Amino acid sequence: MSDASLSALAAQLAAKQVSSRELTQQYLDRITALNPVLNAFITVDADKTLTEAAAADALIAKGKAGPLTGVPIAHKDIFCTDGWLTTCGSKMLHNFIAPYDAHVIQRFKAAGMPSLGKTNMDEFAMGSSNETSYFGAVKNPWNTAYVPGGSSGGAAACVAARMAPAATGTDTGGSIRQPAALCGITGLKPTYGLVSRFGMIAFASSLDQAGPMAPSAEDCALLLNVMTGFDPNDSTSLEREKEDYARDLDKPLTGLRVGLPREFFAEGLNNEVATAVEAAVTELKKLGATTVEISLANSKLAIPVYYVLAPAEASSNLSRFDGVRYGYRAPEYANLDDMYCKTRAQGFGAEVKRRILIGAYVLSHGYYDAYYLQAQKIRRLIANDFTEAFKTCDVILGPTAPGTAFKLGEKSDNPVEMYLNDLYTIPANLAGLPGMSLPCGFDSQGLPIGLQLVGNYFSEAKMLNVAHQYQCVTDWHARAPEGLK
Amino acid sequence: MSLSPDDVKRIARLARIEIDDSQALASQSQLNSIFDLIATMQAVDTQGIAPMAHAQEVYQRLRADSVTETDHHAAFQAIAPAVENGLYLVPKVIE
Repeated sequence: MSDASLSALAAQLAAKQVSSRELTQQYLDRITALNPVLNAFITVDADKTLTEAAAADALIAKGKAGPLTGVPIAHKDIFCTDGWLTTCGSKMLHNFIAPYDAHVIQRFKAAGMPSLGKTNMDEFAMGSSNETSYFGAVKNPWNTAYVPGGSSGGAAACVAARMAPAATGTDTGGSIRQPAALCGITGLKPTYGLVSRFGMIAFASSLDQAGPMAPSAEDCALLLNVMTGFDPNDSTSLEREKEDYARDLDKPLTGLRVGLPREFFAEGLNNEVATAVEAAVTELKKLGATTVEISLANSKLAIPVYYVLAPAEASSNLSRFDGVRYGYRAPEYANLDDMYCKTRAQGFGAEVKRRILIGAYVLSHGYYDAYYLQAQKIRRLIANDFTEAFKTCDVILGPTAPGTAFKLGEKSDNPVEMYLNDLYTIPANLAGLPGMSLPCGFDSQGLPIGLQLVGNYFSEAKMLNVAHQYQCVTDWHARAPEGLK
Repeated sequence: MSLSPDDVKRIARLARIEIDDSQALASQSQLNSIFDLIATMQAVDTQGIAPMAHAQEVYQRLRADSVTETDHHAAFQAIAPAVENGLYLVPKVIE
């Protein structure tokens, strides 16, 4: 088992101390050993993976390696991957072999990073526990009776269990940050528009954004360098100068103004989480930061707003799954309409259907203004709160989730209670701001606690700087679950 | 507001999802608890606030009206449930 950072692995490859094939095989062996316990991967294909590793070795031999060439990575099963089963955690796509690569996959292939396989996830990324996957729940590597969070639960679990040195995730309402927090790793949701959504199976298109998940902030910076960039195939992709997200990692934090939103430390926050986050603030102060209390007064409305907007967009996006062109088709039906209705009834799981129904309702005649338009107006108020807050601070800090990991099955029958898990993560999605989660301690049961940073638009390098400096003086991110063989 | 089982069936019909009476009844209470949560936003005064549809103020890019894609139909139809002569097969719609 390797605890080496991505830059250390890349250095070993460059120095020819290990080949990509050898390194990749070590991770494949660990996946073989642990996946029956954790269920973090839906698809593993060692032959394909090792072919990619051999190609990376050839690039290294020719002196054509990039910064991460030969380092393997796991991909969330939401990214279309040419020739690989791409299920999005759904029966609807249980047989879907993608005929092309998502832009994110293209980027990692071009960087020479072999794919270790496709990670498990909540069905169509709708969930906060990974229990809605058609392929079964993922287990938290810190305690297998607990959920890993979601929807990128397989990605977070495989990184925490060191089955992969890094993984890709996507975040619509917290799906990178919340599982990162619950599994004790670092994960970053970039500013909306920085990473192309091309080939990323759509949930709520105005909120969906892909990002990196890895043990440390430094790892995430290197991965972000690979993932970001303009893509004409995504109409919301932003045309910006290429940035090096690792450029500010080593800057001192002297003079940094950390905003603490009083609403994020209010009722509903677990005491142990609050204590760990406050201890992290003390660490940052020792590093030269100052704190300022801020208010995100409308953030309490983020969950109702999200559960109008995201289902509305999802009901439209998921109308493409009709059993005609790809994926599941019901075996028996009376006519075309019946084929649609039976295919969708059988192909979608309960949570996905629930959200499609909410979306269809809030968009239906007579309800549009009261729900959809009202939600869009409050979305503006939530975004305005952030704009105001960033006049007095450089980065906003709070908990990632109101508690630590909960037990499998504990909240699966109560959608509203499940939704409340994303209380602190959703506001950044609604505003389109970058957010990240990093480990800041453990609760009395030994479960990880996550700290959230939210930055202003395009301030990823600053956030990574803060996170890296914190990780230079703490070792929460370096700890891995014990007892996993 | 509160949805009746018939409302649930009407929405499911709009969404083309088959649902029977017992499923509609089971969905009803969960949907209503979600709509209770959503209802909290009705109290907010949003007069004069412009709706925010998107995180970035960006506009649709235009490109030259020329062919840029190559033909992928064989690859795309290879994964379809039913295909014949390059066409997707569905139950007969027109008598």
